[in-house]
Amino acid sequence: MSATAVREIEFRDALREAMSEEMRRDPKVFLLGEEVAEYDGAYKVSKGMLAEFGPRRIIDTPISENGFAGLGIGAAMMGLRPIVEFMSWSFSLVAADQILNNAPKMLYMSGGQFGCPIVFRGNDGAGGQLGSTHSWCVESLYANVPGLKMAIPSNPYDAKGLLKTAIRDADPVFFLESERMLSMKGEVPEEEYLIPFGQAAIRRTGEDCTIVSFGRPVHFAMEAAETLAAEDGIECEVIDGRTIRPLDLDTIVASVRKTNRCVVVDQSWSFASVGSEVAAQISEHCFDDLDNHVHRVHADDVPAPYASNLEQEMLPNPRKIRSAVLSACYRA
Amino acid sequence: MTKTIPTISSTSIRSHGGARASRSLPAGVPPDTIVKWFRDMLLIREFEVRTMQAYQEKKIGGFCHVYIGQEAVAVGCTAAIRPDDPMITAYRDHGHALARGMSSRHCMAEMFGKIGGCAKGKGGSMHMFDRANNLFGGHGIVGAQTAVGTGLAFATKYEDEVINGGRSDRVTLCFLGDGALNQGVLHEAMNLAGLFDLPVIFVVENNGYSMGTAIERGTTMAHDLSVKAAAYGFDAIEVDGMDLIAVYEDMKAFCDSCRAASRPGFVDMKTYRYKGHSMSDPRKYRTREEEEHFESGDPIGKLRDVLLSAGVLDEAAVAAMQKEVRAEVKDALQWSEESPAPGIDELYHDVYVERWGPYTGTSLPEMLREEKR
Ligand SMILES: Cc1ncc(C[n+]2csc(CCOP(=O)(O)OP(=O)(O)O)c2C)c(N)n1
Ligand SMILES: [Mg+2]
Repeated sequence: MSATAVREIEFRDALREAMSEEMRRDPKVFLLGEEVAEYDGAYKVSKGMLAEFGPRRIIDTPISENGFAGLGIGAAMMGLRPIVEFMSWSFSLVAADQILNNAPKMLYMSGGQFGCPIVFRGNDGAGGQLGSTHSWCVESLYANVPGLKMAIPSNPYDAKGLLKTAIRDADPVFFLESERMLSMKGEVPEEEYLIPFGQAAIRRTGEDCTIVSFGRPVHFAMEAAETLAAEDGIECEVIDGRTIRPLDLDTIVASVRKTNRCVVVDQSWSFASVGSEVAAQISEHCFDDLDNHVHRVHADDVPAPYASNLEQEMLPNPRKIRSAVLSACYRA
Repeated sequence: MTKTIPTISSTSIRSHGGARASRSLPAGVPPDTIVKWFRDMLLIREFEVRTMQAYQEKKIGGFCHVYIGQEAVAVGCTAAIRPDDPMITAYRDHGHALARGMSSRHCMAEMFGKIGGCAKGKGGSMHMFDRANNLFGGHGIVGAQTAVGTGLAFATKYEDEVINGGRSDRVTLCFLGDGALNQGVLHEAMNLAGLFDLPVIFVVENNGYSMGTAIERGTTMAHDLSVKAAAYGFDAIEVDGMDLIAVYEDMKAFCDSCRAASRPGFVDMKTYRYKGHSMSDPRKYRTREEEEHFESGDPIGKLRDVLLSAGVLDEAAVAAMQKEVRAEVKDALQWSEESPAPGIDELYHDVYVERWGPYTGTSLPEMLREEKR
């Protein structure tokens, strides 16, 4: 048994393994960001990497997101493979011009001459009472832009496999982690593996209602699904999108055609969001299959508050998801 | 007699331009090379005059900024570096593209929005890219290219030293307008370049104006921009950008030293744009008198005089060369006219390198396919 036992590691270890393995494989890969080297990473994701790779490849930057994001873009245009860490995606807003105007459009603007193989990664979403400037869920804001890809893992296994794919991808990838999941443990095999983009994972099968989610709220969806099964006799199929661009619409559509009901759970605000996009796509592709309109669970349409009770209420949570499923199933 | 230049009051601006003689021919440069630079300047001037016409004829759309008056800067700076040194600039970029070696056909066709353009007609006037000639754009957001240019220098150094285990041996020229001096990103980029010892030279094409804002109305210490570089711990020089030989000599020495030391540099390149900011600028913010002052020190006329008096060229040769560049630009216009508009399928091409969903991958423009042959 122990020979086949899969080891468990933390989400942050999975991220580090992905980066370290890719850096060993390809000298063009390097890591750049605030506190990534001597401090071992603000969240210890890059712990020990300075010792292994040295300061030429694990590079501490000053607090200049726009500057170092742009620096990474220039390096990527030259064919290097930068990994740019944002301490939080909240801070990427000051680099918006570089990450939205330059990285995703360089290939197009140059008529195919200069691509931008870069990974921007960091914590996304509420970290826990950080208030409104530090709790951004950038997925809806950024997923709107063509030319970039976006991955949002929900567990250590996916974090590693998706990050390795991101680093090898020829296009810019926005990689959204979550501070609240960094210590989460999960099974990650020793052997190398990659997870292709655009392939959702079905976390739980069920016949009554599909729940589509991305990143951390996948866990809330799973919790809600268990309660719904135990207390309401409703079996949910939970789909973890894993990447937002590309979006695995096929898996979602196949599931909704089976369950005829759908709830989309997206931790960002509802207006013009990933959730509204997924709901629109489902309505378009499954119009005749739906027994009810697509329900959505989002963060409340207010700035993120500090007080713990308010923050908990604002974010998607199992209770909200359960009531959305009950409503979608006409059981509310 | 001292002449007062109205509107621009700063001594930094008044100290250049006007009918001052050119420096004499640089030692050690073959006369043919200097004649080539002269021809490049003539070509850019002619190209830009025709660009303005084509714009008026509505063959060119969007924003379009011509380089007339500033020719010595792109030509002299290109002459001062090696072909494998990266270059990046802002949106006033036709001169850099031509100086770096892009053919006038591909440059003009880009503005015509044709498939034969350097970016297949997807970039336009502000986005001249030429991979074969190490020109990394053409960038439309004021100042944005300064961080990217810093990254180009990071990459040359990383390749030379970390990947190849040798010495950093390339220098990046990153051009910006004087208006970009006031963008935060420049200051982040300069700090990073200073910290990381990156061989990037920030060349401020200081033409005295950002649109209608005279430099001292928007920039502190406009009379001594070297303090900007001092704040980040690197060297600055001031160059007479209206004199090709001065640009070449001063930039050559500066590039050589930044290359050898693998250090950033900063250049206050004093120049002047003769025309409006873009095609729709009546230039009410400055006087005709001021414009005449600078026109009287035209960089092309200056170099012509030196070449004539040194006997490198005679009047007939100059006239023949003028005829030649006229024909070249005429051909570029004709070629651009005939180049097809991009097919509608180009919309979904070059969005991603990899194919997925509606996206059809990427391919090099005709310009680079030709050069590969
Ligand atoms: C971030 C940003 N703000 C404003 C503009 C509009 N704009 C285009 S050019 C320009 C003036 C820039 O002047 P300068 O940097 O001196 O360059 P020059 O036109 O003289 O070559 C402005 C304000 C822009 N392109 N980008
Ligand atoms: Mg200017």
